[in-house]
Amino acid sequence: MSDEMMLKQFQSRIDNGEKIEPGDPMPDAYRKTLLRQISQHAHSEVIGMQPEGNWVLRAPSLRAKKILLAKIQDEGGHGLYLYSAAESLGIDRDEMIGQLHAGKAKYSSVFNYPTLTWADIGAIGWLVDGAAIVNQTMLAKCSFGPYSRAMLRICKEEGFHQRQGYEIMARMMSGTAAQKEMAQDAMNRWWWPSLMMFGPHDTESVHSSESMKWKIKVESNDRLRQRFINRTVEQAHHIGLIVPDPLLKYNDQTMNWEAGPINWEEFYKVINGDGPCNHKRMLHHIKYHREGGWVRDAARAFAEKQQETADTSIY
Amino acid sequence: MGMNTNDNQFKQWEVFIQPRSGAPYEHAGSLHASDQQMALQNARDVYARRSEGRSIWVVPTVSIAATKPEDEAEFFDPAGDKLYRTPNFYKMPKGTTGL
Repeated sequence: MSDEMMLKQFQSRIDNGEKIEPGDPMPDAYRKTLLRQISQHAHSEVIGMQPEGNWVLRAPSLRAKKILLAKIQDEGGHGLYLYSAAESLGIDRDEMIGQLHAGKAKYSSVFNYPTLTWADIGAIGWLVDGAAIVNQTMLAKCSFGPYSRAMLRICKEEGFHQRQGYEIMARMMSGTAAQKEMAQDAMNRWWWPSLMMFGPHDTESVHSSESMKWKIKVESNDRLRQRFINRTVEQAHHIGLIVPDPLLKYNDQTMNWEAGPINWEEFYKVINGDGPCNHKRMLHHIKYHREGGWVRDAARAFAEKQQETADTSIY
Repeated sequence: MGMNTNDNQFKQWEVFIQPRSGAPYEHAGSLHASDQQMALQNARDVYARRSEGRSIWVVPTVSIAATKPEDEAEFFDPAGDKLYRTPNFYKMPKGTTGL
């Protein structure tokens, strides 16, 4: 089949709403875009465990500690679903982790901000997971079968993440003046990084048009961001939080909350390695990956020994 | 890559979960593990944290034989003209009951 013919058939399958499975013919650029996007998504889940892990030992109650542990365990599982989806395109997990450690693969820049107080755990669940859910609900409709299935499972599990975060914020906002101040401070620090999670404006987005044509994305960055803003502003007001955007205003015509300009300079600075925690996050991942080496060696030696015993027991 | 000399991601397994008694096992996803026991435990930890199942199968991915996309016509087209294998193909006399 000629390339042109394959491309035409591929596009018509996409236009008909069919899902593409790993063994199906696909343009090289489709495969590459998915690999980049899914591995970046997987790395984000795993690196995202670090800012929350920072508070496991200091969670204010046993209830809070159990919830936080369950949430972090979910994020590890979500990383695995996504690595598996990427592996279906013929890459090893080892290779992806190698790319992360070598700085060739990125992860969501939002995880390069520190978690300074307990309210940050509330803000992450409510805002960061909230933004992720808006994005992932869209990605569940994407054209690549394994990615779409992983997203469905993740969305189902993440339902509690956002609610537990909002619960933390709501409880602090009904607490003492110091607790309210702490919640507002977390809101001030996490609001803008959460809006940046949706990526550059549609007019600036490098990968968008091809991704939309192939239904790797089915809605644009700005549209998703607006959906998140509309929902979240109302939730903030409901518990008395102030959105840290003096230009934020409600548009009666479009029924949208319109945000002021996003500081893209900061976004690109953090993406390119100069955020508050980039270095720390990567060192931590490399350190524990290396330190786990003996566990992997032992497990492999044990499996080999078992295999030998099984082989000889036949005779 | 020099950084990852310790790496061993282990072989890949496919996980099947039976959601409730009597239901068929359904594919849940895949994972890496060094042996059967680790595969079963990882499957529980990753795919059954919210009472998704009551029983798990794990199978090494390499042991699964699968049709290829180009096999679709050969494998599945022959059923297309054999509607007589389904009950609604048959015309019953008016007023027939219990069929």
